[in-house]
Amino acid sequence: MAAKKKVVKKITAKKGVKRTVGPYEKKGNKDLKSVALQSIQEVATDVYRTASKGILPDMTMPQRNLANVTYDPKMGYFELKGNMKTRTLDVNSVKTFAQTLRLMSLAKDMVGDDDFATKREAYYVSKNWGDAKFNEQRESDMVLDDIEGMFSVKDVTREILRFVPEEHGGSVVGALTVIDRDPETGEAIRSDCAAMGSGAYTVPSSVDHLGFETTADFVLAIETGGMFQRLNHHRYWRTANCILVEMGGVPTRATRRFVRRIADGLKLPVFAFVDCDPYGICNIYRTLKVGSGQAAHVNETFCVPTAHYLGVTPQDIIDFGLEDATHPLLPVDIKRAKDALKNDPFFQAYPKWKAALKQMLKMGVRAEQQAFAKWGLNFVIEEYLPVKMKQIHKFLP
Amino acid sequence: MADTQREISVSEFFAKNRHLLGFDNPRKALLTTIKEAVDNSLDACEEAGILPEILVEIDQLEEDRFRVAIEDNGPGIVKAQIPNIFGKLLYGSKFHSRRQSRGQQGIGISAAGLYGQMTCGKGPRIWSKTERGKMHQFEMQMDLTKNKALITKDEEHKDWHRKQGTRFEIDIEATYQRGLRSVDDYIKQTAVSNPHALIRFRAPGMTEEHIYERAVTEVPDLAEEIKPHPYGVELGELMKMLRNTNSRWLSSFLQEEFCRVGPKVAKDIIKAANLGERSYPSRIAREEANNLYRAIQKSKISAPPTTCLSPIGEERITEGLMKECDADFYAVSTRPPSVYRGNPFQIEVGIAWGKPGGDQLEVDEKGRIEKKKKKRTTDTEDLLGNADDTVRILRFANRVPLLFQQAGCGFTKAVMQTSWKNYGLSQSKSSLPIGSAVIFIHMASVWVPFTSEAKEAIAQYPEILKEVKLALQEVGRKLGVHIRRGKKVSSEFQKRSYIEKYLPHVGIGLQEILGLSMEDREEVVEALRDTMETTRKI
Repeated sequence: MAAKKKVVKKITAKKGVKRTVGPYEKKGNKDLKSVALQSIQEVATDVYRTASKGILPDMTMPQRNLANVTYDPKMGYFELKGNMKTRTLDVNSVKTFAQTLRLMSLAKDMVGDDDFATKREAYYVSKNWGDAKFNEQRESDMVLDDIEGMFSVKDVTREILRFVPEEHGGSVVGALTVIDRDPETGEAIRSDCAAMGSGAYTVPSSVDHLGFETTADFVLAIETGGMFQRLNHHRYWRTANCILVEMGGVPTRATRRFVRRIADGLKLPVFAFVDCDPYGICNIYRTLKVGSGQAAHVNETFCVPTAHYLGVTPQDIIDFGLEDATHPLLPVDIKRAKDALKNDPFFQAYPKWKAALKQMLKMGVRAEQQAFAKWGLNFVIEEYLPVKMKQIHKFLP
Repeated sequence: MADTQREISVSEFFAKNRHLLGFDNPRKALLTTIKEAVDNSLDACEEAGILPEILVEIDQLEEDRFRVAIEDNGPGIVKAQIPNIFGKLLYGSKFHSRRQSRGQQGIGISAAGLYGQMTCGKGPRIWSKTERGKMHQFEMQMDLTKNKALITKDEEHKDWHRKQGTRFEIDIEATYQRGLRSVDDYIKQTAVSNPHALIRFRAPGMTEEHIYERAVTEVPDLAEEIKPHPYGVELGELMKMLRNTNSRWLSSFLQEEFCRVGPKVAKDIIKAANLGERSYPSRIAREEANNLYRAIQKSKISAPPTTCLSPIGEERITEGLMKECDADFYAVSTRPPSVYRGNPFQIEVGIAWGKPGGDQLEVDEKGRIEKKKKKRTTDTEDLLGNADDTVRILRFANRVPLLFQQAGCGFTKAVMQTSWKNYGLSQSKSSLPIGSAVIFIHMASVWVPFTSEAKEAIAQYPEILKEVKLALQEVGRKLGVHIRRGKKVSSEFQKRSYIEKYLPHVGIGLQEILGLSMEDREEVVEALRDTMETTRKI
């Protein structure tokens, strides 16, 4: 593992120069397909042998929570600490145990047949299992995450196991051309994200096969659809020469991976523009930048360690006169912020963030991206973003 | 005024106050009639050391008139006594004796005859044969004012269908209904408390008899008769005894008329009463008698002998309950004898719990649990209620079921004052517990303290309540152990069924991934099942 770790490089955008990058190929170029098949086989064989010996079998997988991750700014993402959980076959686990094996069997078939199932489809497949069926998708998602965690030590991800999330990724507009291929003919398909009219390019669930071409200077990742629409409508991406990505709340894996690929491959800086509240900072931005505790086993490739926080910051509320356009923090907000200060390794690593969160708690208010409309609908385009873009060095890490 | 004053005969008094003896309404009258006759029959058989075999027949004559007949295989009654026993109120052998028996006052059977004569116009008919004597058939009318019987028919027959025995027949106004507190209920409960008796019962309109078989073939030990215990005698009775005694000296009076009084105790009592040992009993005046009474209460006198008691016994109660009440679990406790107001008594409690017929969980030596369908063995009316009903209390005094006035009975109070939650039954504060259970409570005593002449409820003496509660606690503890274990087994069974439900899917998963054969798959599932069942402890 250690050899694969990459240290985050400082990215400096070359203004207006056209850059390209092809489909992603993992270094070392392991045949992950056969690794996946082999791993499934190994786990099942182990269970079978143990059971036949009259011993209760178990499966081991990493614990997936914030307590089991560390953050090193040099590495740039949440790394698993290595705490494992063991699921031994007993009365409480027998159902999950059976379901895990059956989903592994489904994965094996799909890898072999080069097919895929959305998480929702996987849930429906289980409806044919009689007693062992899942009652809610939440249950099957949990088991899928466990399987993925179990195989992550071998670099096998959910996508390689052919389970895809059904939710699509975010929307993209701006100076970016995406080079996809026709799944049937293999022909290249070019999508110019500057030629989407009033619509936008949608990030597909899997992005590693995409190539990119750009002349943009940076990527702006936006929390809300409303703000994205305003910036798109007024062609902010043209004036600022950038790529706009709508995250729509906490960015999906595909969106994170997409932003990561254009950031790494095209050497573009990434700036996040989210609401000034604990959810926008501690969930949306944090997950974009370093990944999550839940999916810690895939963070290495599913986050954007180079991202920086443009705003809205608590200081912006004062600097841009938004005091009377705020809402008081709810108890759940306060709890979230305090939790982050206490337990989240990311915020603990940056004194600037600690200060910002404390400032927000002290002010006791939150402000939305759209609060700038107080000064006029296009204040955000004409004043806020240009002013902020002149002080990139002041962005929060 | 003086003209209108005259003596009232017992019979007349009864005629006007028949509710006092349990003839309040037609339904209860039928029950009381049968109950009195069966009690007498059982007493008679036991006194003669005969295994009782009793036949009860009811025929409907008119809509509200029934002919009731009770026949036994007892020793029979000598001819001269028949009119007195059946035709005279307050005539009996048991009132003055201090021996445990079913009947006490000598009212019951003659009251039934009187009731029949008043409602249907015909007096009782008696058939009776002693082992050596001839069979006598009597018909009689009762003279209300003179409280005596007029014989209207007196025949002698050489043969009868029985070697010995008595048959009592009477027509009465009655209603026949099944259910709680019915004749059926009474007979069934009698069968529980008298497992040595064979009872045949033919209900109205039926041609077949319902037979309550006997479960044991020994006649219960006959209780000995005892003299009164000094503690149990009140001042008035003491004075009467002093007047009537044949003893010449006070000391010998005390020793001869009472039990548990020896020379030393007699001396102590007399000294405490400030009297002379050689005082003449008949000369002791009221004031001195009172001193004597007080002295008796203060003296230390050992408890009365308990040979006068004949408890049913734990084994027999269990037999009786098992015979008439099909349950999952039985526990019985017979307390040592105790004393209230100088009267020895003994409490016995039994409990039958859990309605069978459902699924039974059984644990084998290896720790596997199996589900078994248990078959119902009896088809009679059920004594056991549902799990969400209050428990059924069966109350008995000297083996006689008490069917009425449950709420006012000391036994019921003792059940309510026992904390059943500790024993696995639910119970709201000071009320009867809830559960599919029957609680059997029996009091054996030379003198059972009933709250009324109808003998329906036991008076609430603290000594009696205490004994009943102790016995209830004893069986309760056993029941608690059983219920808790049952709960544990059933929760473990549920867990195991859960395992059982999903284990095959572990097999299918492994089969699909590893390409196992069907046999391999079954084998690994069987291995897992084995491992899981034997590693789980109960």
